[in-house]
Amino acid sequence: MVRAKRSLSFYFLAAFFGLFVLFLYGPMITIFMLSLQGPEGKLTFPLRGFSFYWLGQVFQEQRVGNFVEPFQRSFLLGFVVMAVAAGLAVLAAMGFRSRFKGSTPIFYLTISSLIVPSVLVSLGIGIVFQVLQLQTNWFSSGLGAHLTWTLPIAFLIMLGIFNRFDPSYEEAARDLGASDLANFWQIVLPLIAPSLIGVGLLIFTLSYDEFTRTSLVSGQDNTLPLEIFGMTTNVTSPALYALGTLTTLFSFSMIAIAYFTYSFFSQRQRQ
Amino acid sequence: MSACNPMTTLWKSLKPYVLVTPQTLVFFLFLVFPIVMIGVVSFWQFNGYSMTPAFTLDNYQGIFTSDVTLRTYLNTFKFVGLVWLATLLIGYPVAYFLSFHVTSLRWQVLLFLLCTIPFWTSNIIRMISWVPLLGKEGLVNQILINLGLIQTPLEFLLYSDFAVVLGMVHLYIIFMIAPIFNSLMRIDRTLITASEDMGASGFQTFKEVILPLSAPGIAIGSIFIVTLVMGEFVTVRLMGGGQAASVGKLIQTQIGSLQYPLAAANAIVLLVVTLMMVVSILRVVNIRKEL
Repeated sequence: MVRAKRSLSFYFLAAFFGLFVLFLYGPMITIFMLSLQGPEGKLTFPLRGFSFYWLGQVFQEQRVGNFVEPFQRSFLLGFVVMAVAAGLAVLAAMGFRSRFKGSTPIFYLTISSLIVPSVLVSLGIGIVFQVLQLQTNWFSSGLGAHLTWTLPIAFLIMLGIFNRFDPSYEEAARDLGASDLANFWQIVLPLIAPSLIGVGLLIFTLSYDEFTRTSLVSGQDNTLPLEIFGMTTNVTSPALYALGTLTTLFSFSMIAIAYFTYSFFSQRQRQ
Repeated sequence: MSACNPMTTLWKSLKPYVLVTPQTLVFFLFLVFPIVMIGVVSFWQFNGYSMTPAFTLDNYQGIFTSDVTLRTYLNTFKFVGLVWLATLLIGYPVAYFLSFHVTSLRWQVLLFLLCTIPFWTSNIIRMISWVPLLGKEGLVNQILINLGLIQTPLEFLLYSDFAVVLGMVHLYIIFMIAPIFNSLMRIDRTLITASEDMGASGFQTFKEVILPLSAPGIAIGSIFIVTLVMGEFVTVRLMGGGQAASVGKLIQTQIGSLQYPLAAANAIVLLVVTLMMVVSILRVVNIRKEL
């Protein structure tokens, strides 16, 4: 709706929106500030000096527990989750492009994976491994737990992408005698590639930050969020905030990369 | 042409099934099977150290006859209600502003992204971020004391039910905003022009046209909030200090002491209660059009 003059409600709602954004980002900004204090810094305001001391402390093992190895685990796990979830979701979403018997229950199964209270997923996978006498590990039970959360999201986004997908290119290719496989590799995949990269990176971030579903099934070796959770109770220096700052910046850069690759490639496609 | 080939026809009808099988297998392996096992184990016995296969209703009996469970459920419902109300009252105006007052698509996308970004970062860090603000020596208390509004620091700001609700609203509000924004964006703008042409006031247009058409979005958002909050234990733990109780936390504590059968029975009850809430939301609002 294009309106010549902006009503009073516009300004009221704009102010409300501004406050909401402050509510979202405010706390994050405070820990950024607190993590840049000098060595004499504490967990609360006022700020005591300015330095990168605490950011450096994150990499010193003895101070805040181990950070490097959990990061490597989370990174690797996020990568595997991304590959599996994006791949399977593309296949499934393509399946959903034609109507087939049983599509409704399968759709609801996918949705239910998203809305089942997460403590059930964690407990359930934990019990399965216990009963089968398997060792829980971040790369087995942890991977499964991550998939229950990321796969439905990837699937729903892919479904939306295919909804807006123009089938005429494929029909043209088929008329020219292209097989299904050739059609996928040469027509469909290049067209969805920008969205797929975006979805992949978002899945990566979701997995990288996942906590609740992994919490009971990660086994002996913690992923990064679990390690951070453990630190909240026994770290009393701004190093905790510094770690929070670093991992948040890492997530931010992933999202930024996702956004810019998406807009770069979709712009090139339009040309 | 190729359609006459029986192999091609067979492949065509099988193709969707082949494509959805891998994903469905993952859900059977890591969602359906685990939940079935929770159901099975909930009838097993626990002897203080380990669980043994059996068929006993003791675990359920324990749940339904204990005052603690009842109080924990009431407290969890309280969290669900408060978080739902807050996310709706904050989320709706935000979604409305984005879809109706922001006129350029570019800005719409950018501002929506701005709201979404925090939700892709770590929940734990986002909760910890409240500590320097709300703690006893936190920023809020410092400001209030300096302004002379209070003499002693407010203690209810952190490690309280208030903090739990605040934390959950902060974490989950996007799950309310996104579906509402989606359904508001789908409203045919000519309907609003028509309503205005027929002389409806801004408020009437909102009440008679916009609100009913966005009801499915509200319903989807509500389902997310209900299911997320019902099984919550991390926020309750981090923001609630020791006192706050929720069903999720109860289950987690029981798992911590390896009482798997009891935790399983609690989880089944939790699942049934949550499903009942979801079904009653679906009874009120038909969301099928949104999907």
